[in-house]
Amino acid sequence: MAEVFVVAGAANKLTYEMLTMARGLGLGDVAAVVMGAPGLTDEIADSLAEYGASKIYSAEDEVLDKYLVAPKAEVLTTLIREKQPAAVLLPSIQEGKEIAARVAVTLDNGLLTDVVGLDSDGTATQPIFAGSTVVQSQVSKGFPLVCVRPNSLTPSAEPVSAERVSVPVEVSDAAKLVTVSDRVTEAKGDRPDLTEAAVVVSGGRGVGSAEQFSVIEEFADLLGGAVGASRAATDAGYYPHKFQVGQTGSTVSPQLYVAAGISGAIQHRAGMQTSKTIVAVNKDEGAPIFEIADYGVVGDLFKVLPQAAEEIKKSRQ
Amino acid sequence: MKIVVLVKQVPDSGLERHLDSADFTVERASASNVISELDENALEAAMAIADAGEAEVTVLTVGPDHSLETVRKALSMGPHKAVHVQDDAIAGSCAVTTSAVIAAALSKLEYDLVLCATESTDGGVGGMAQMLGARLGVAVMGGARKLTVDGGALTVERQTDDGYETLTAATPAIVSVWDSINTPRFPSLKGIMAAKRKPVENWSLSDLGVAPDTVGAAAATSKVVSAEPRPPRSAGQKITDEGAGGVELAGYLAAEKFV
Repeated sequence: MAEVFVVAGAANKLTYEMLTMARGLGLGDVAAVVMGAPGLTDEIADSLAEYGASKIYSAEDEVLDKYLVAPKAEVLTTLIREKQPAAVLLPSIQEGKEIAARVAVTLDNGLLTDVVGLDSDGTATQPIFAGSTVVQSQVSKGFPLVCVRPNSLTPSAEPVSAERVSVPVEVSDAAKLVTVSDRVTEAKGDRPDLTEAAVVVSGGRGVGSAEQFSVIEEFADLLGGAVGASRAATDAGYYPHKFQVGQTGSTVSPQLYVAAGISGAIQHRAGMQTSKTIVAVNKDEGAPIFEIADYGVVGDLFKVLPQAAEEIKKSRQ
Repeated sequence: MKIVVLVKQVPDSGLERHLDSADFTVERASASNVISELDENALEAAMAIADAGEAEVTVLTVGPDHSLETVRKALSMGPHKAVHVQDDAIAGSCAVTTSAVIAAALSKLEYDLVLCATESTDGGVGGMAQMLGARLGVAVMGGARKLTVDGGALTVERQTDDGYETLTAATPAIVSVWDSINTPRFPSLKGIMAAKRKPVENWSLSDLGVAPDTVGAAAATSKVVSAEPRPPRSAGQKITDEGAGGVELAGYLAAEKFV
């Protein structure tokens, strides 16, 4: 029986979503493909098996870590040629898209990114135009090569025992052109990851300064949420760019999204309009964010959020 | 240093955008078209290098006739010349086949550095830089928030979810950028006037040696089979803070079981 590949770079929610999606296809056994430095498979194998990966292809070599993307694309391409999987799923984050792009060109195969749903006939669901249109699309040349967007579905565990298969790593010199000389983690404190958080509290231009973003952070911490920012806020230097939600930043789909001092330009809505519940606080009664908010407060965020925080703290006592 | 900047004309992402109802390709002819947003950051990165030393900057685009407006807009930021690849057979191409056209054009040009956006605001596949790198055998540094050029040595800070990676490579290389890399300059009136006189070469598929039947809708490696507008999100409750807005908000969050 054919296999469905899931390229797994980490034991995280997106990987579990992909494994759940792959199982649902019914096209074959789910095989995780792990590529990285020696030790990565040991680290994540149990989690992959818990979510239904009955086979784990393990390609481990320093070369996969030392050089950017291209070595992983070569290893994956070779494995695809050999195993002829029914479908290949990758994370629709930068590295996943980049690996998939190289595989697509090398195999002259179609590629679909930002996929939120996949049928067993290979028909994929993709939100386009900042989420304003939803399309069904297909790879018309080759197998479904699909990058899955975070928060597309609710992962479910289905523990199996995984057979581990070691994959040889042979990488051409042409794939060793870009060296990763350093990986730097910038402090983000104890808050959950923006793209995985159940609650996101975002601030916009209305926050007014970097210092005043503390009001957003405090409200996020109170709800156990992540902090986001609109493009206007990151461009103004109020908050680091990596927290930007929107067309040129992260796409989030939390249970609760609180937009404070954000007008709601299309560019921002692109990144948050699939949130389950949207709450908006804005001084401007005519702000477009209110058109998509489930609950809107017309008012000063510096009065409304602290007051709400006090009330929530009181209710918890 | 010879720099090529890739630009793409796209429907304005600030307005309503549509797919063609017959073949589900992006409706471009009737749209209000602009330069794809991050392309301006790629242009700024190129001009910053040119300002700091000697560089010849060429704009490269693939697109229909009206893409010329976008080429002129790009030239108004300072590049020296442009190449516009234009051929009716290209319409409806997917990213994979488009990358073959762009790669063929780059092969005809001399370059040390190719700068482009990490993704466009229309198709948004996010794979073009790597597709070109794979075709041309050239280094690709994707997702740059910072680029440093020291002769033929390039250093990039690549934006990641939890920080950044430092990448190093030698030219020739392709670097894709995010908007965090810089703030694009506004074209001066002088720049806009000068752009009208800058040379724009038109290349067809035959100039590139690309067979027409390898591109276009019929050769696309992926296709959209149906499309529908997302059901609009309707506005819910809206209150005005008259002193107790925060209390009311807390009440809503409690009722919805968020606290």
